[in-house]
Amino acid sequence: MLQITGVSRRFGDITALSEVSLEIRQGEFFALLGPSGCGKTTLLRILAGFEAPDEGTVTLDGEDLLRQAAHRRPVNLMFQSYALFPHMTVAKNVAYGLEREKLAGAEIRRRVGEVLEKVGLDTMAGRKPQQLSGGQRQRVALARAIVKRPRLLLLDEPLSALDKKVRAEMQLELKRLQNEVGITFVVVTHDQEEAMSLADRIAVFSEGRVQQVDAPVELYERPRTPFVAGFVGANNLFEGRACSVGLASDGLGVLPGVSTLPDGTPALLAVRPERLRLDGQGVLRGDVVDVSFYGGVSHVSVRVAGRSTPVLVATQGATQVQAGSPVALSWSAGDGVLIPQ
Amino acid sequence: MARSTVSGAPVKSQARRSRALGRLVFLGPGLTYLIVLLLVPLALLLSYIPFRRGRFGGIVYELTGENFTRLIDPLYLDVVLGSLKIATIATVIALLVGYPTAYLIAQLPRKWKTIALVAIVLPFWTNFLVRIYAWIILLSGPGLVNSTLMDLGLIDKPLELLYNQGTIITGLIYSYLPLMVLPLYAAIEKLDPQLREASANLGARPARTFLSVTLPLTLPGVITGCLFVFVPSFGNFVVPELLGGGRSIMVGNLIRDQFLKARDWPFGATLSLALIAVLIVLLLLQAWSARRA
Amino acid sequence: MRRPRLMYVPFWMTYVFLYTPIVVLVVMSFNSDDSPYTFGGFSLKWYGELASDANVREGLINTLIVAVGSTVLATALGTLLAVGLARHSRSRLLDAISVMPAVLPDLVLGIGLLVFYATIKATLGLYSVVLAHTVFGMAFVTAVVRTRLANSDTSLEEASRDLGATPFTTFFRITLPQLAPGIVAGALLAFTLSIDEFVIASFTAAPLEPTLPIVIYSMVRFGVTPEINALATLLLAVSFTVVIAAQRMTRLTESLS
Repeated sequence: MLQITGVSRRFGDITALSEVSLEIRQGEFFALLGPSGCGKTTLLRILAGFEAPDEGTVTLDGEDLLRQAAHRRPVNLMFQSYALFPHMTVAKNVAYGLEREKLAGAEIRRRVGEVLEKVGLDTMAGRKPQQLSGGQRQRVALARAIVKRPRLLLLDEPLSALDKKVRAEMQLELKRLQNEVGITFVVVTHDQEEAMSLADRIAVFSEGRVQQVDAPVELYERPRTPFVAGFVGANNLFEGRACSVGLASDGLGVLPGVSTLPDGTPALLAVRPERLRLDGQGVLRGDVVDVSFYGGVSHVSVRVAGRSTPVLVATQGATQVQAGSPVALSWSAGDGVLIPQ
Repeated sequence: MARSTVSGAPVKSQARRSRALGRLVFLGPGLTYLIVLLLVPLALLLSYIPFRRGRFGGIVYELTGENFTRLIDPLYLDVVLGSLKIATIATVIALLVGYPTAYLIAQLPRKWKTIALVAIVLPFWTNFLVRIYAWIILLSGPGLVNSTLMDLGLIDKPLELLYNQGTIITGLIYSYLPLMVLPLYAAIEKLDPQLREASANLGARPARTFLSVTLPLTLPGVITGCLFVFVPSFGNFVVPELLGGGRSIMVGNLIRDQFLKARDWPFGATLSLALIAVLIVLLLLQAWSARRA
Repeated sequence: MRRPRLMYVPFWMTYVFLYTPIVVLVVMSFNSDDSPYTFGGFSLKWYGELASDANVREGLINTLIVAVGSTVLATALGTLLAVGLARHSRSRLLDAISVMPAVLPDLVLGIGLLVFYATIKATLGLYSVVLAHTVFGMAFVTAVVRTRLANSDTSLEEASRDLGATPFTTFFRITLPQLAPGIVAGALLAFTLSIDEFVIASFTAAPLEPTLPIVIYSMVRFGVTPEINALATLLLAVSFTVVIAAQRMTRLTESLS
């Protein structure tokens, strides 16, 4: 188990990490999600040993990780740029970490062969990194990191350099590998879809702080801070004060939602676009501004009097409504999530 | 169709003519100059090799291989080998001092980096003779080095620091060290710092990271630096003359004497082949390492 | 990554090694003592002696003539050649020939030119040094201007052609102004190198018209005199000013490495 307690790191005036505490379980696929500059990469570099925190502790299975030099940690990192050694072949790159463990040559060859087969690159062993495609390089970087059988594997934006099609492929591949090798994976990403589809649990970061740690479904359906509600998936946010049946909004009246907050607390109500209905009784009324068809879904923007940004509604398939027509919006109380402000 | 080919032809040839004119105007003067004052002189020089010096100077145009036989005469061969040795030692020391210096400069914050680099280059742009002269003052009997050592009580009487091989090597390193540091710096600066991090992450100690990652990837810089120090050291005649006190001469002195004193141009030209050969070997080595990287 | 402590030893050694002799020269040039080894107090007497030394004055004038002449020639030829190599040629052989004078040992170039002048039975004089210095000066001008060209935007030249300018109008109105900082830096480089050059000058100068480095060489060989310290300090001041000016104008260190 990886235990991060009260870790802070400042660079001059900038606070990269502020009292971050996380518990990552053995064998878990864990994601650190946040916009660029939120401190997630700094945390990764602290775990790998390239940075030291100003305060806080990090233990792996009870051992103090921070006291070990970078090259002695049972932690491997897959770099965002892959950082493959350009002067070594694929096989040499993968063998590099094993050679440092002073293993016998035959053992090294066997394990390199195994791992290259596992990532589907056994025919590329003799190539140099610059002779490979982006997806292949990514696999080499992955193979080089997992061949060491680390207790913790860190992945820095593992899919960001790949094009869309290869990315979907690698996403599945990563999950399969993690299942097979059973190593704890910690992935850093700014892409919420990537985090949700890969990880068992996600920690959302903003401005050096952990906003929420939850399973993807929980995170999506029950965001606990305004930042998470806005960052993870599309959302319609309404401002007002909590009341027993939902949110009392200044201009829009009472909006239905589930409230656990004391009445009168300033709060946001978040409703997902796909939970909104256009054919309902009409909690809100407005005019359609724009309809965009995406194939599987359609997005309908509705201007509601008393609100500056249009409300976004997602419907299955094509929709009958047209720009300019008046519509009524409704949702069930269970789909309105109240978040304290 | 037919009309466009007819009207197209003169347009095409006009474009070709303007391109040819551009080449003539831009490349013509410089290349002519280099042919007349660089390539022709070098060809002339090398054309003396198979001939012999006349009794009263001048050339006897009679094919002979005797210049090469003289080249392997121990009298001259020792000078060539001695020069190789001196240039090698100077290059190796310059590399050992220059590499860590360039490495640290590459890690400095931007502002200090520029200052540190300019400070490396500055002495190089000051008169070569004056810099050598400074060492005569420093190392002579009553000079600063001896008087400091005596003040510190490390020695009783002045050491003989001038006019030996060590002095020549010091002078050569002093003259060409900046030329070692600059290409090394360029190579180290280009190196992705993440490669070093990756190496540490895979379990390599700093020394192993240096040997397996940093050094091989900066090898082109190492070879360029060695080229820049070795070539002018090997063919030097000023440093050995001023700091070697005439006791130890290098191949440069030998060549110069063939032209200015002995008036044996064919043998001088043959000796200068040694300089050119060393240059070509190092250039090939450099091209090879650049292609590998 | 952390910087290894141990590396600071050679780092500082390098700077101490490079600057100790220079500091000693400068300090000793203000020495009131006749001994070149012990400092007896501040005085400008060596500068006075230097000013009245006819050999030095003559050498200085010769050197300035050579430096100005070769710089003008090298800048004009080198700039044209740089543009020609970058825009009108793809030959790697021509590239190699253009940098050859910069890598060739100066001794080889010197004796080559000596042989050449002798073959065409030319009487040596200042002009023969000018022509010789132009050979390597041109290589450096070409190299510096080419770096500048590589970083400049070719679409500007294409735009000029597209708007109806001839290649020559384009060169003078668009290319040349863009290259100006590189040309100035290259010229300064050629000038400083020529002022300091000894080896090639020693083979191509007439015995009665020595350049300043040749004068210095015979002074140093003759023996240690504090007058050289004063001369050295003045030369240092000139070189430092020129180098820092060039450094400011272009990123000199980058284009060299």
